[in-house]
Amino acid sequence: MTVTELASYEDALDAYDPVMGLEVHVELGTRTKMFCGCATGLGADANSQTCPTCLGMPGSLPVVNATGVESAIRIGLALNCDIAEWCRFARKNYFYPDMPKNFQTSQYDEPIAFEGYLDVQLEDGEVFRVGIERAHMEEDTGKSTHIGGATGRIHGASHSLLDYNRAGIPLIEIVTKPIEGAGARAPEVAKAYVAELRELIRALGVSDARMEMGQLRCDVNLSLRPHGRAAFGTRSETKNVNSLRSVERAARFEIQRHAAVLDSGGTILQETRHFHEEDGSTTSGRIKEEAEDYRYFPEPDLVPVAPSREWVEELRAELPELPRLRRNRLREEWGISQHEMQSALNAGAVGLIVATIDAGAPADQARKWWLGELARRANEEGLELADLPITAEQVARLSELVAEGSLNDKLARQTIEGILAGEGTPDEVVEKRGLKVVSDEGALGTAVDEAIAGNAAIADKIRGGKTAAAGALVGAVMKATRGQADAGRVRELILERLAPSE
Amino acid sequence: MSDLTDVTSLTSMSAARIAAGIAAGEMTAVEVTEAHLARIAAVDEKVHAFLHVDREGALAQARAVDEKRARGEELGPLAGVPLALKDIFTTEGIPTTVGSKILENWIPPYDATVTKRLKDADVVILGKTNMDEFAMGSSTENSAFGPTGNPWDLTRIPGGSGGGSSASLAAFEAPLALGTDTGGSIRQPAAMTATVGVKPTYGGVSRYGMVAFSSSLDQGGPCARTVLDAALLHAVIAGHDPLDSTSIDQPVPDVVAAARQGDVTGLRVGVVKEFRGEGYQAGVMQRFDESVELLRELGAEVVEVSCPSFTKALAAYYLIAPSECSSNLARFDAMRYGLRVGDDGSRGAEEVTALTREAGFGDEVKRRVMLGTYALSSGYYDAYYGSAQKVRTLITRDFGKAFESVDVLISPTTPTTAFPIGERADDPMAMYLADLCTIPSNLAGNAAMSLPCGLAPEDGLPVGLQIIAPAMADDRLYRVGAAIEAALQARWGHPLLEEAPSL
Repeated sequence: MTVTELASYEDALDAYDPVMGLEVHVELGTRTKMFCGCATGLGADANSQTCPTCLGMPGSLPVVNATGVESAIRIGLALNCDIAEWCRFARKNYFYPDMPKNFQTSQYDEPIAFEGYLDVQLEDGEVFRVGIERAHMEEDTGKSTHIGGATGRIHGASHSLLDYNRAGIPLIEIVTKPIEGAGARAPEVAKAYVAELRELIRALGVSDARMEMGQLRCDVNLSLRPHGRAAFGTRSETKNVNSLRSVERAARFEIQRHAAVLDSGGTILQETRHFHEEDGSTTSGRIKEEAEDYRYFPEPDLVPVAPSREWVEELRAELPELPRLRRNRLREEWGISQHEMQSALNAGAVGLIVATIDAGAPADQARKWWLGELARRANEEGLELADLPITAEQVARLSELVAEGSLNDKLARQTIEGILAGEGTPDEVVEKRGLKVVSDEGALGTAVDEAIAGNAAIADKIRGGKTAAAGALVGAVMKATRGQADAGRVRELILERLAPSE
Repeated sequence: MSDLTDVTSLTSMSAARIAAGIAAGEMTAVEVTEAHLARIAAVDEKVHAFLHVDREGALAQARAVDEKRARGEELGPLAGVPLALKDIFTTEGIPTTVGSKILENWIPPYDATVTKRLKDADVVILGKTNMDEFAMGSSTENSAFGPTGNPWDLTRIPGGSGGGSSASLAAFEAPLALGTDTGGSIRQPAAMTATVGVKPTYGGVSRYGMVAFSSSLDQGGPCARTVLDAALLHAVIAGHDPLDSTSIDQPVPDVVAAARQGDVTGLRVGVVKEFRGEGYQAGVMQRFDESVELLRELGAEVVEVSCPSFTKALAAYYLIAPSECSSNLARFDAMRYGLRVGDDGSRGAEEVTALTREAGFGDEVKRRVMLGTYALSSGYYDAYYGSAQKVRTLITRDFGKAFESVDVLISPTTPTTAFPIGERADDPMAMYLADLCTIPSNLAGNAAMSLPCGLAPEDGLPVGLQIIAPAMADDRLYRVGAAIEAALQARWGHPLLEEAPSL
């Protein structure tokens, strides 16, 4: 394998101005497929969610999924797009075994939504407006699995298996206008755009938009042009970049690669490129020597989609608060920094924190638990925060128990451990594991007296005014009570006995 | 066996008569089915109307009808009547080949909506009929499984693409048949065989389960020996289908009442001026002109109407239909069903697909796939497909204008009578001309019928009269058709088919 020459990022940006185009495919979370009644759930046996229509059987016909159209319109509206009064589906003709009809039912020159924008906020709070060219409806393909070759690639495979469960699942393709003027922040803008779009899709409730499940996939088109030149350079298309970090890395890599090619007097090939998660590089895919001719024509098996203006306005009125605005509102309500908000967002915790606050917890406590102990647990288990077997209500109760002094932080963490292990509600876990803070003053007093007696030297230091030394005695009491004492109260008792003057 | 149930008598009866007889207990559905199966066994070796006869399935359906009657259940208007189904409609568990090697032995896992409605109406499906491959042709010679003979002269073509269906009717193998009409594939075979064929309004009959040739033009429809039988069948198969987005969600016009009424008094009839002249056989025009005169005698107001853009219909059709077919037929790639050639472990999918399509498609199909692929290509799309769509709009406007002043239009169904098998096989353009008069209705999506109007004096072969009605006015076809049929049969003293030679 040849090593790709890269310019330094700084040199690349000194010489060139990057222009990006991002194409994002979102798999809608509709119950049935785009053009037939088959189920869309993941994880079913291969080809068990198919019918004559999504298998492209002779004679079968498509029928448009109304929820799919509605979702497309809602996405379009949330992206500030115009919604077509009348538009058609088109056939995109090309042969590939995972596409049952050998054409993809898509939209061509009449997308359902067009001419919009999405404002994205970078980590330092700067807002960057990304123009939206169009959002259109189409169907997903099946999935090929190549057997016998190396690393699952078709090269060298003895045969391939086809699973059409995914064929016909509704997709919305969202295409940006050329993103210009981002300069060195282009990779960051790309990442922020995809992140913002993902939040938007989730807020609309049209898809879970989980990139690792392929529910949201991004193609990064990138070109460089010398500063001051209006015409775009030749672009590369890096396909299926499937995490936020990868989007940023792919853009960065391509900027450096393009710059190296251009610096050495070479020309950029218009080609698709594969992104490699391991090292953040891209490698050449299929070279587009001549633009593929998809022979688009209006799909004669479907009638045009003509959403009434009344319906569009109804959908507009029902749009949820947009994620960026909601985040800014919450940030102010919670009194946290842009950066802290970003962390919460990246952890997928914003909705959970809101739910926990709604369940009665103070904002700082809700944030603390979800971004602290629970985030750590999720990370250990390789789970999304939302997939941990604990509810916002349970976290709120936990925080209540801590606030009333029934639990300290250490006991609360043990309670969480019990909840995640399926031992029941916070109260049940506390009960079963016997985790309540020891608040019997008599028992606590005895433990304190024993600690003082057993650590005479330290006790003298405290008597001598070094109250900071009390920590060691608190530790001894906590140890003796197996952590079940309220550390604050223990400290008070120690100081009452040894430094009454204070 | 009584006279009524002897084989010849049963196979020459109309569908309406058979249904009434079964309902009244004069005969059983099993007797009727057996009589037709016997007729098929006797003559189909010569005619070759059928690609597949479902003897067991047909008898089982017939028995179910008889049992239903025995239980005292009410029977539908065509219960127990046998039917020959064009091999383009999917039939669960029964081969569906579309006349193509690429689907030889394909057994669909599902019924077409039309198939389902026939079964629900207790119609007895005898089997699947021969056709030009993928319905591309006007003679049934393009079938991968050999041509069908015209019962009037077995050396001649029975029309196409639905030659199997029309021949099965003319050979008295079935009283009803089903066809599909993309450019004339129901009407032209009807004209060739002295039978009745109707292309309903586009969207009138569900296309779900009808193997697609050209989606915006294809339309299934009834074939029969009488106008009333066609109407009865039309009523069974038509109506909205949620599985076909292009299906019209409106009540079906009352075609049966129209066929029973058969009165043209005061009806305004337009004769299409463009459909005569060079290429039109003298005997065809003679019978057509007599039909025009007959309509006048029956009280219709007949005027000449000009539809100038109709002369461009053939050219537009041969861009639109191939374009759509190039895409519709892309799915035949050897991956999921049908023929697979060259899969010996040494070849990749792309090569297997290419070898399969090379071996599985006939010349005419390949010709149209290539034409369509070219017409849709970037840089040519506007000049070809785009222009053809504009012509289509003009044709629709011509119809619209004509229907402002007349209720129906009439013309010969096809310029000539049945030609000898092989005569036009190597001359695609000559073959395409057979659909000259029928294509405009497909492009406009309106309704049209062909019914027999006599034999051409020079060759003694049937001539078809075409009636065209506006979209969703299919009932007018039956009203006019029934009037002409009654008047002509009164003149002849018998149905025209009785003059066909015995096989």
